[in-house]
Formats: sequence, C-alpha cells, structure tokens
Amino acid sequence: MAYTVVGKSVRRVDAVAKVTGKAKYTDDFYERDMLVGKILHSPYAHAIIKSIDVSKAKALPGVEAVLTYKDLPRINYATSLPGMIGDVLDDAEDEEERIKFGTAGHPYSLDPSHRDVEDRHILAKKARFVGDAIAAVVATDELIAAKALKLIEVEYEVLEALTSTEAALKEGAPLIHEGRASNVLASGGFAIGDIEEAFKESDHIFEGEYETSIVQHCHMENQTSYAYQDMDGRIVIVTSTQIPQIVRRVVAQALGIPWGRVRVIKPYVGGGFGNKQDVAIEPLNAAMTLAVGGRPVKIELSREESMTDTRTRHAFKFKIKTGINQDGKLIGVHITAISNTGAYASHGHSIAGSAGGKFRYLYPTKALKYDPITVYTNLPVAGAMRGYGCPQIFYAFESHLEDIAKRLNIDPIEIRRKNFVEVGYVDPVSKNKVTSCSIRECIDKGKALIKWDEKKALYKEQSGHKLRGLGMACFSYASGTYPVALELAGARIVLNQDGSVQLQIGATDTGQGSDTVFGQMVAEVLGLPMDMVHVLSTQDTDISPFDTGCYASRQTYVSGMAVEKAALEVKEKILGFAASMTDIPVNRIDLVDQKIVFKHSGESVLTLEQVAMQSYYDLLRAKPITSDISNNARINAIPFGVTFAEVEVDIKTGKIEVLEIYNVHDSGTIVNPKMAEGQVQGGVSMGIGYALSEQLLFDEVTGKALNNNLLDYKLPTIMDTPDIGVAFVENHEPTGPFGVKSLGEPPTITPAPAIRNAVLDATGVSFNRLPMNPQRVFEGFKEAGLI
Amino acid sequence: MFKRIAFSVNGKAFNFEVDIRESLLEMLRNRLGYTGTKKGCGVGECGACSVLIDGVPFDSCIYLAVWADGKEITTIEGVASKSGELSEVQKAFVDEGAVQCGFCTPGLVLTTTALAGSGKEYTQDELKRELSGHLCRCTGYQSILKAAEKSLEGHICTCVDSPHYKQQHERNEG
Repeated sequence: MAYTVVGKSVRRVDAVAKVTGKAKYTDDFYERDMLVGKILHSPYAHAIIKSIDVSKAKALPGVEAVLTYKDLPRINYATSLPGMIGDVLDDAEDEEERIKFGTAGHPYSLDPSHRDVEDRHILAKKARFVGDAIAAVVATDELIAAKALKLIEVEYEVLEALTSTEAALKEGAPLIHEGRASNVLASGGFAIGDIEEAFKESDHIFEGEYETSIVQHCHMENQTSYAYQDMDGRIVIVTSTQIPQIVRRVVAQALGIPWGRVRVIKPYVGGGFGNKQDVAIEPLNAAMTLAVGGRPVKIELSREESMTDTRTRHAFKFKIKTGINQDGKLIGVHITAISNTGAYASHGHSIAGSAGGKFRYLYPTKALKYDPITVYTNLPVAGAMRGYGCPQIFYAFESHLEDIAKRLNIDPIEIRRKNFVEVGYVDPVSKNKVTSCSIRECIDKGKALIKWDEKKALYKEQSGHKLRGLGMACFSYASGTYPVALELAGARIVLNQDGSVQLQIGATDTGQGSDTVFGQMVAEVLGLPMDMVHVLSTQDTDISPFDTGCYASRQTYVSGMAVEKAALEVKEKILGFAASMTDIPVNRIDLVDQKIVFKHSGESVLTLEQVAMQSYYDLLRAKPITSDISNNARINAIPFGVTFAEVEVDIKTGKIEVLEIYNVHDSGTIVNPKMAEGQVQGGVSMGIGYALSEQLLFDEVTGKALNNNLLDYKLPTIMDTPDIGVAFVENHEPTGPFGVKSLGEPPTITPAPAIRNAVLDATGVSFNRLPMNPQRVFEGFKEAGLI
Repeated sequence: MFKRIAFSVNGKAFNFEVDIRESLLEMLRNRLGYTGTKKGCGVGECGACSVLIDGVPFDSCIYLAVWADGKEITTIEGVASKSGELSEVQKAFVDEGAVQCGFCTPGLVLTTTALAGSGKEYTQDELKRELSGHLCRCTGYQSILKAAEKSLEGHICTCVDSPHYKQQHERNEG
C-alpha cells in the first residue's frame, strides 16, 4: 500500500526541543516553596519493625512531616469523608487495618479474580527486602531531609532472609507475606494437547535447564515526581510515568479516596522500559503532600534507589523437555519455570504468563505444556521490563533448540524453518489468529546480511585461542495485551482556524517516538504536512483522552487504531462542512494537499483553511470540527523476528566479542524507518547487555545489592556496543492501522540466545546461564576442558 | 558556608554567593533554571549533566559550584544561536535520529560540540572513547555515533582507508 507520510523517516516531533534543552521533564518544573520528600529504606531483607521513634527527626528544624506505617490511611475510613482527604492520614497502631494495594501498571479489571495482588502498604511495618520503604520525611530541603532520616530510630527483629527461590520454596521457610499458605505468589500456565502422548510419539526426547539473571532497566531519568493539592483539595501529581491513568487509580486506591480526586500529569519522560509501568513512588508522594496540608512535595530517587527500590527484571529458571522427530519436527514441549518476583507481587505472575503466551505462536506443536510458578523472595521487586518474560523464555527455548539441532546434526536454521507457524494459525488458548507472518523472509534476509553460509564454511577449521562462530535465534511477540486485558485507546483531534490540527492522545511517548508516529498517521489521513499536525506530548488525566498507557508494545497498533479513526472522522466532517458550503455532493469531493477538490478532475473548490474558518465563524453554521475517539481493540497482531550474531571468543580470557549482529523484524508496515531502526538498535544493545554483562548482584546472606550503581552494574557503553544492523521485512498486517504490528519490545528478546548460540558454534560449549560474563565463560571453558 | 563567585553561563555574567557544598549541577538547575542540564546519577557515572567549562566537558554533578569562579560555562541552552538556529552538532543529532527519550542528549551534544571545536582529528575508536562517559539506554549508541561523526566531518576518517574500516575488513576476512 502506498502512503505519503506513513513510511517516511520524518523528523521526531520533539527532536528540536530535546537538543536545545527546552524539553521539560518532571524534575524541570518548580512549584513555589517545594518541599523535599525522602525515604528511609530498610537495611534488612526480612525484618519486623519492633518499634519506630520519629520524635528526634520531627524535632529537627526544617522537618515538616515524618511518616511511618502508623500514619497511613485505614481501610474504609477515608472514603467516608468526602472532600476531606486531608484527613485520610491517621495515627494508629494496627497495620492490618491499613489499606493494601497493588502497583502493577495493568488496567483495572471488573473481575476481581483478574486484579493484581494487593500486597503492599505505602510504608511497610515488615521489611521484605533491603530497600523496603519504612518511613518518609518531608523537609524544606534535601540536606535536612537526609539528616532527619538518620534521626529516625527503628528497632528491627531480623528474620531469615530468603534470597533465592530455592530458599523461599524450602519446607518450613518463613513466610514473606503472612496469611499466605506459602511463598508462592501464583502458579499455573496452560496445556495444549496431551504432552505424555506426544513424548511417546517422538523419536527423541531432550531435556535442558536454563537460567536468567536479575537485571535493571536503567532508564537515564530516575523515578521522580511531585505532588500537591490544588485549590479544590484534589491531589495533583506530576510524574515520570508510562501510565498516567493507572497511576491515578492506584494512588486513589492506596489512599482510599475517590479516583476523581487525583489528577496525574506526565511531561517528557527520560525512558521507562517497563519500570515506569508501575506505581512506585506516587502513592507515597501523595501521602507526603497530604501530611503537609497539600503543599508541594517532590520525590527524586537517586540512581541507587532507582536500581533496587523500584522494579527489576524477573530472573527465571527453566526446565525444558522436548519430544522431536528425527527430521526435526517438534512434537511436544514441556516447559516448567520458576520466576523470582522478589518481595512484592507487582506484575507478579503476569510476567510468567506473558512469557508462555507469546512463546506459543512461534512453533505450534501437537502438545505444549507450560507450568510456571512465581515465587516471593526477599529481593527487590521484579516488575515489567521490555519484553515482559520473553527475553527469558526465548533465551531458554532458543538455546534448547540449538542444542537439539546440534545433537541431531540438523542445521539450526532448518530445524526452525520446519516448525514455524503459518498464517491462519489460531492459537488454541487465546483463539487469536496469526494474520501475517514473514519470519521465513526475515531469516533469508538475516542470513544474507551476516553472510551465514560463507562464514560457516570459513569457520569450520579454526585453531588458536580466538574462535569465531555464528548463531541465531527467533521470536514471536504480541501487539498489546488482548485477550488478557483491556485494550482501550483514545485520540482527539481539533481542526484549527488555519487548517492545522491538534492531536491529543492518551498514549504516552517515553522516548520511543509514538507522538511522531501518531502525527504521521494524522498527516497521512488528512493530507497535511507534518508541521500542520501539532501533537500534544503531555498527558494529563484531566484533559487527555483515556488510554491505558505505554506498555506491551501496544501504542502504534492499538492507539494507532484510535488515531486513524479520529483522523478519518475529522476528514469526513471537513468534507461534510465543505459540501454544506458549496452544495456539491459530499461524495464528489476529496481533501488533497489542504484543498477541497473535485474527485473527478482534481479541480480545487475551497482551501482547507476556508473550511476551517467557516467552521469557527460562520454566523449560521459554525461548529468547530473535532473528533474524540475511544477505541476498544479486540484483536492482537503477532510480530516476528530474528537475531543473527557473529562472535569471537577468547578461550584464554573468557571474553566474548560480538563482531556483527543483525536484527530482522516482521513488524508489518514500518511507519518511520529511521526511528524504527533506532528503536531496534536500542533494544539490541539492551539484549547484548543482558547476554554478556548485566546482572544485579546480591549478598546471598543479607540480600543487600552489591552493584546498584552505574559504575559497578555493567551497562553497555558506546565502546562495548558493536555496529548493530537492522532490517525489516514489511508486510501489511490486515488488522493494524496502516498495516502495522508492534516493534517496541521485540528487539530485546533474541540477542542473548543468538550470542549464546554463536558461542556454542565457536567453542562447542553451551552456556545455559545469563549473563555470559568473562568469569562464567572462563569457568565454563575450564569445566569443558578447553583450558 | 557561602562563597561569592563570578562566572558566566552561555555568555551571561553572574556574581553571587553559593553554598560551598553545592554542585555546579544544583546551582545551574535549581538556582539559575538551566534545566536542560540533566541529572542521571549525581555521582559522575552517566554523563547526563555534562556542561562545558571553558570549552571542556565536565560532569557538573561532581564539580563544585565554587570551582566555577572565573569560568565560562556553556549549557545546552547556549548551543543554538540566539535567534534559535540549531548548531551543526544539534542538526546532526536531529537528522541522524540520535534523540529518543532525550535525557542523555544535552550532555552528548555538548561533548560533541567540544570535540568538533577542538580542531583535532579522531579515528572512530577514539571518538567512541571520547563519548564513552555518556550512557544512553535508548539508542544503542549507533545513531549517536553517526551524529558525532557527521558533526566532526573533516576531522574523522570514515573512508575505506581509515584504521577502523581496515580493522573491520580484516575481521571479516578472518
């Protein structure tokens, strides 16, 4: 399909603001007399607070308020006092009467069984990880606030810290959350077909175990927010978030106040990657402003806090058993997974669920059984992170499949080709249909880019201590969360007097470029140049149309549907208005190049500006042209792709160097190639870090983080990042606006298994634990007898 | 304790007392409103807060405000012309798609500005080393490197004779 603006690498709508320093992020706004809020974190991974004395902290000049669990809102208390939300904070001992809430950035569900686990208080009485928020101070400046934290006297009864899923699952292990039967947060996956029968039918059975590590998002802007009460007593929170509507709801739930009494504003956001798809600091920030009579209070997390006290990526342990035929056809796959969710549920079992759900599409088999459990431990809370369970499961399965191919002496590409999904496949669990799939073409492209066959031949005979190898790995993903959750998106367009439009969306741009892509869609439908489409980048829950937010790679696809519909409605109204001005039947005119023209001849009838002016000022007919669309997407398009990697492994040092890496994506129509390429490169870079260097480390006894800073946590720098090649195989996804499918998260999924498989190719050694850092690789080579 | 200092930011002269504990970052952002200077870590790890001090890039978060006495400071707000025309470096960052969330962008634009103004020649590896103090989580650095190379056109060897190209070529040849 031919488009004029969609498919072009137009300039980001916010690029100039961002290179000139004009783009305002949360921390760049000021309210007069802004107070500073700081958090006292538990030094123990598992401990009960025996007593807490804040009197010295309160007495420090400049301290405006000190909060502990004793000051939190009580269940069914605040809602009985409409309009008096200043009174929700109440000093009483009983923790159990305090409101518990969930923090995950999921849309609310009317079905109680679908809601997120509500297992935390704004401030804890029992510390469940090193970093748990125990108390908070509001002071006139940062230094006083920091000093006051030191004056809070807490007596802890230290309990055994469960720093691994094994320890948490051990018979008789202490309970991290009292009242639960065990430390298992949830379990349960799905079963397609009869797995035992499938194994019986298979020529071969293979088994493998795989493990991924805890990593962190490391968005460059830490979590930051400020909150105050406006003149009506409503709580206003300006925050760096991916999900303003959900923040609003969770804050209200955490305080036990009506949702309409909270307003959330999202300015420019300095990256989120899923960590800001969670409500980490806003409820406390709201409580802080209530504690000081509604005066503005800001919370700005430090990098160290952001790395351990917000969210991390779930570490998984997999056991996979696969039945396969001699020719490489997969018959049955049984995956068991243990997911470490840390101290609180947050996104919890959804991550394990998503992993299985998105994996299902790539290689449909006769039988697929997935048995995940999600376990609480006394480690930092795991939540959403780019790929949402998929970097974990695809690392495991694509490693496993590679080992099988090697054992069966089948080409690793061929074994995959033999098992790929076909268009028309209906997922037996979700009933969702694969409506486009170009994974085979992606492989052809990637193979050519990396010169697979030539290099494979070249590297057959290698000697010396530096060995090279090639590897690849494939993925499937989703475009949004349907049918698991609500997929509602909103877009509003207003035609201005000059013929330009404003576009408001509820979807949030956190750096990925959605504002630009939506602008392109409107420009495409209305035939406008990009500078006539003004995209409002800020989301404000009082003003912006309702949209659930930025996650699940949903926005270009799901929110794009709303944007396209809104633009089509405006176009229809423009033509309708023009028809009423000219008495030309509406079916004979069109909107082209900002002109109303005859369809048959292209002859110009009116300018768009003339129509726009009449729509505002015609004494008789004036009615400004607008549209306000809410779209509930009841569909999901499956994107696919592949990573090809070439590595050089130094046997003596255990260092893996990625020489070349290519990601080839089937994401339907690419709306903005340059931005899409940047999105893929960033995702691949994150995947390379996941493969080779990144890991949050913890003391096994105390559960204390050892490297929660950007010096000791090995985030790839520009020197560590190889050239990243990107290619797309564009097909027109029939369900997507302009034929799009998702792209945001997928690039992160397969670099790790592709690199791992390349290392296997080079050295013959399987590394089944991430990251493959030099120490682990060195140890692996020693074990394999290479050193 | 306070100390009076005199300095300039983007050509504008200032003369006032600063808390001796205050960082240059805090002074620029909180007192003077140059919020284009970003704080990503506060301890000199990420480079987001870089500014030019007498033309040299520094992490302003670990540079005390009192040290700025007598210095000329350039922040991101001072890179474009007064009439708002983007500098060549800014244009390169925009054109090459080197901007995503934008939080690392001001620091990278400033360091690249200093490199472009240095008159020195850089190989690609040297350029990477110069930029390695800036962390970015969005771009994988590819477009940033392209933008920096474009900004340094004439000062960088990207032709087939460059050491970088040769290095890549040798690798491919095995």
